[in-house]
Amino acid sequence: MSYLIAHPLRVAVLAAGHLEVVGLALAVALAFAVPLGLVAARRPRIAPWLLGALGAIYTIPSLALLAVLVQTFGLGFAPVFVALVVYAQFMLARNVAAGITGVDAAQVNAARGAGMSPAQVLLRVELPQALPVLIGGVRIATIAMISIATLGGYVGGIGLGVLIFNGLTLHQPAMIVAGSIATCALAIAADALLRLAERAAAVSS
Amino acid sequence: MNPAAIAFERVTVRYPGAARNAVDGVSLKLVGGELVVLLGPSGCGKSTLLRTVNRLVPLSAGKVTLDGTDLAELDPVELRRSIGYVIQAVGLFANMNVAQNVGIVPSLLRWNAGAVGERVDELLRLVGLDPATYRARRPNELSGGEAQRVGVARAIAARPRALLMDEPFGAVDVVVRTALQRELIRIVSELQTTTLFVTHDVDEAFRLADRIVVMRDGRIEQVGEPFELFEGPATPYVRDLVHGGDEVYRRYYLRTRELLRAT
Repeated sequence: MSYLIAHPLRVAVLAAGHLEVVGLALAVALAFAVPLGLVAARRPRIAPWLLGALGAIYTIPSLALLAVLVQTFGLGFAPVFVALVVYAQFMLARNVAAGITGVDAAQVNAARGAGMSPAQVLLRVELPQALPVLIGGVRIATIAMISIATLGGYVGGIGLGVLIFNGLTLHQPAMIVAGSIATCALAIAADALLRLAERAAAVSS
Repeated sequence: MNPAAIAFERVTVRYPGAARNAVDGVSLKLVGGELVVLLGPSGCGKSTLLRTVNRLVPLSAGKVTLDGTDLAELDPVELRRSIGYVIQAVGLFANMNVAQNVGIVPSLLRWNAGAVGERVDELLRLVGLDPATYRARRPNELSGGEAQRVGVARAIAARPRALLMDEPFGAVDVVVRTALQRELIRIVSELQTTTLFVTHDVDEAFRLADRIVVMRDGRIEQVGEPFELFEGPATPYVRDLVHGGDEVYRRYYLRTRELLRAT
C-alpha cells in the first residue's frame, strides 16, 4: 500500500495504459467474436468445431503465446493487444452463440412470419434478447483480459504489470503489491460495472 | 385490402432428408373471405401446407397463387407483411411491450407513429383487451389467453389479405379456447379476411369452419362443408374422424356452432 500512496500518479498512468490496451482489445475482439458467434449460432453442425478451436486457443498458456507473438510483432503494445484479442474470442463468441440460440424459436418463427428480413429478425428480436448473455461474456472476458494484460509489463512496458515485473527485478515487494492491488481493483470495478449493464439489459429484454 | 383467393395447384413439399413428401400433390382453392380449416393428425402435412402460403416452407413442386399471382414471383418478406400469421406458441417478442408487438407489421410497413398507435388501440379493443391497461404490458405479464389475443391482434394489424392460423388455441384451457373461438368468428366475419386455420381438434373444426379439409399423410382425404363431411364421409377414415352419422355428435356440433355465433 505504501507505494500506492507514495506514487498515486504513476499508478494511475499505468492503470490508464492497462485499461487502454484492454479496452481497445475488447472492441476489436468483439468485431471478430460477434460474427463468429453468429456463425456458430446459425450453423449448429460447425459450431462445436468452431467453438472447440477457439477453446483450444484459450488453453494456450498466455506467457507461451506472448513469446510467440513477440517473435512476430516485437516488444511493445502489439503483442499484448493481439494476445488479448485472441484470448477473448472463446468467451465472447461462445456467449454470442449461446445468447442467440437461447432466443425462443417461436419468436423467431413469428418474426419471420410477420415479414421481418433476416437482418431485422437479428437486430429487432434476437440480439436485444441475447444482450444480457452477450454482456455476461464481455464481463468474463474483460476480467480475464485485465489479468492477462499484466504480462504487458514484461513484454511491452505497459500497464500495471510494469509495477509487478519491476518490483520483481528490483526486489521491491511494495511495488509488486501495489501493481497487484491496482489490477485487482480494476478487475473488480469492471466486474461491478458490467454486472449493472447485464442487469439493465435483462430488464429491458 | 380485399380478401384474397388462395389456390394450391398440385403442391408438393419434401423436407431435405425426409423419406416421403410432407405435402403430396395437394390442390385446393379458397375463395375470398372464407374460413377453411385444415384438419388432421400431427404429421399429416397441414401445418406445412399452411406455411407454403407465407413461403416459410419452400415448394418442391406445384404452385400457390394469391388472387392469381404465383407466390414464387413475390418478394417473401413483402408477401409476409400482407399475410397474418398466428402460431400455437404465440411467439410474442419478449423484448417489446404489447403495443410494440401489435404494431410490428404496420411499423415494418413504415406507417407513421400516430397511425400505428391508433391502430393498436383499435385492435386491442377488437380482441377484448383494454388499451390503457394492456398497451405497456410485457408478454411475460400476460395469461395464455391474453397473450394469444395479442397474437391475433398482431396478425391482423396491417389489414392482411389472408390470415394463417396454426393451432392458435391449442395451448389454452377449454374455457378460454371457447371464448377465443367465439371472438375469432366475430373478427373474421367483421374483417372478411380469407382464413386458413390448422387444427387436429375435430370439435374446433366443426365450430369454426366454412369448409373443412381433412388431411392424411400429406394428401387431402376430403373437402367439404362440416355437415357434408358428417353426412357423406368420403372414406372410412373421415367417417371415424368426425363420428359421421352419429346423432349425438350431429346435435353437439350444430349446437356449439349456433352458440358460438349467438351474440
